[in-house]
Amino acid sequence: MTLTREQLAARVAADVPDGAFVNLGIGLPTLVANFVPADREVIYHSENGILGMGPAPKKGEENPDLINASKQYVTLMPGAAIVHHTDAFAMIRGGHIDLALLGALQVSATGDLANWTTSPNLLMPGVGGGMDLAVGAARVWALMEHNTRDGQPKILECCTLPLTAARVVDRIYTNLAVIDVTEDGLVVREMAPGLDFAELQRRTGATLTLANDWRAIGLSA
Amino acid sequence: MMDKRVASIAEALSGVRDGAVVLVGGFGAVGQPNMLMDGLAEQGARELTIVANNAGWGRETGIPRLMGLGRVRKIVCSFPKGSVIFDELFRAGKLEVELVPQGTLAERIRAAGAGIPAFYTPTGVGTRMGEGKEVREFAGRSFLLEQALQADVALIEAWRADRWGNLTYRGSGRNFNPIMAMAARLTIVQAHDVVELGELDPEIVVTPGIFVDRVVRVARE
Repeated sequence: MTLTREQLAARVAADVPDGAFVNLGIGLPTLVANFVPADREVIYHSENGILGMGPAPKKGEENPDLINASKQYVTLMPGAAIVHHTDAFAMIRGGHIDLALLGALQVSATGDLANWTTSPNLLMPGVGGGMDLAVGAARVWALMEHNTRDGQPKILECCTLPLTAARVVDRIYTNLAVIDVTEDGLVVREMAPGLDFAELQRRTGATLTLANDWRAIGLSA
Repeated sequence: MMDKRVASIAEALSGVRDGAVVLVGGFGAVGQPNMLMDGLAEQGARELTIVANNAGWGRETGIPRLMGLGRVRKIVCSFPKGSVIFDELFRAGKLEVELVPQGTLAERIRAAGAGIPAFYTPTGVGTRMGEGKEVREFAGRSFLLEQALQADVALIEAWRADRWGNLTYRGSGRNFNPIMAMAARLTIVQAHDVVELGELDPEIVVTPGIFVDRVVRVARE
């Protein structure tokens, strides 16, 4: 079986540590916040100058001057701070953000990340803050579907799309597996229930090693 | 007596020359000096280089309006997607574009305001953004040399201002505005409210008036 987007988000959320400063990329990573256990105090950072970002406002209570990196209305948590853009990126590049959860188009066996464009013309949709997050966050977790819509692998020996950053991804979460990027290559820690390793390897464009203590992904969502 | 208040948008924008490099505050639609942008379209300066995080939305206002009028020679931004006009002009080869990672864009602006000609950053190393740039190693890690982004004019949206040009902002509308205010030879502010000198608590002034040249009141709803 494969995980739904919600199951994948819930699996990632289980690993987000209490007291962490976390930046969530656009798309799948944004979903993770919905599943972080309520007893954990996680402080969300938004590149446009918010530390302590809260959930979406109720309808009719939007503050027109308060948006996240996806340009959606958000709220502030008690204890939040507003900073200007250079300080927001000093938090990122200076290594103060504990964890960046980033969507990915491709990840290589050495942790190279490609997540900003599929276009050879270099410009669209734009690079945004992804390159800064990828090099600056203390830990980078990549979240993605294991394969493209036409079944091609997204985990490869070398990325074929333009890189966002080289050797930055620490862990990959897909709808099939949880995989660590280590000095000794890609190590599979968990697999979707019922999936066998040969099938996972067949759907992956880089050599995998199955950890001795691997287990099935626990599904709570 | 120091009084940076001006009575009209036209007066605020007088003297902006053809070929000027213009910093435009805002992230998405939040913190954008919309009335100053419309005023710049009326004012008529041509061959402009616009520096902003985004290339705007739609056609009618702001950066897309200027682009549509053929006033923009070049745009420096991190995330151009969203503007139909940008797409059309870029595809037709009528617009020069410099794509810059968002944190690097912010730091290049800050450096200009702080008298720093260039700096090394880890962002973009090993990607297409690093092509043609000097790479230097510090403590075993590679960094790119990036240059300060000097500007002629900064267009700023603030929440409150006084006649000395002291500014406060609201919510994530702060974003690029404080650093852009520091980086231009002529900094022009549209403020929702202009208050008496002394009314702004010195502890909460974000942009001290030393960085500001002109203030025009543009009340928001």
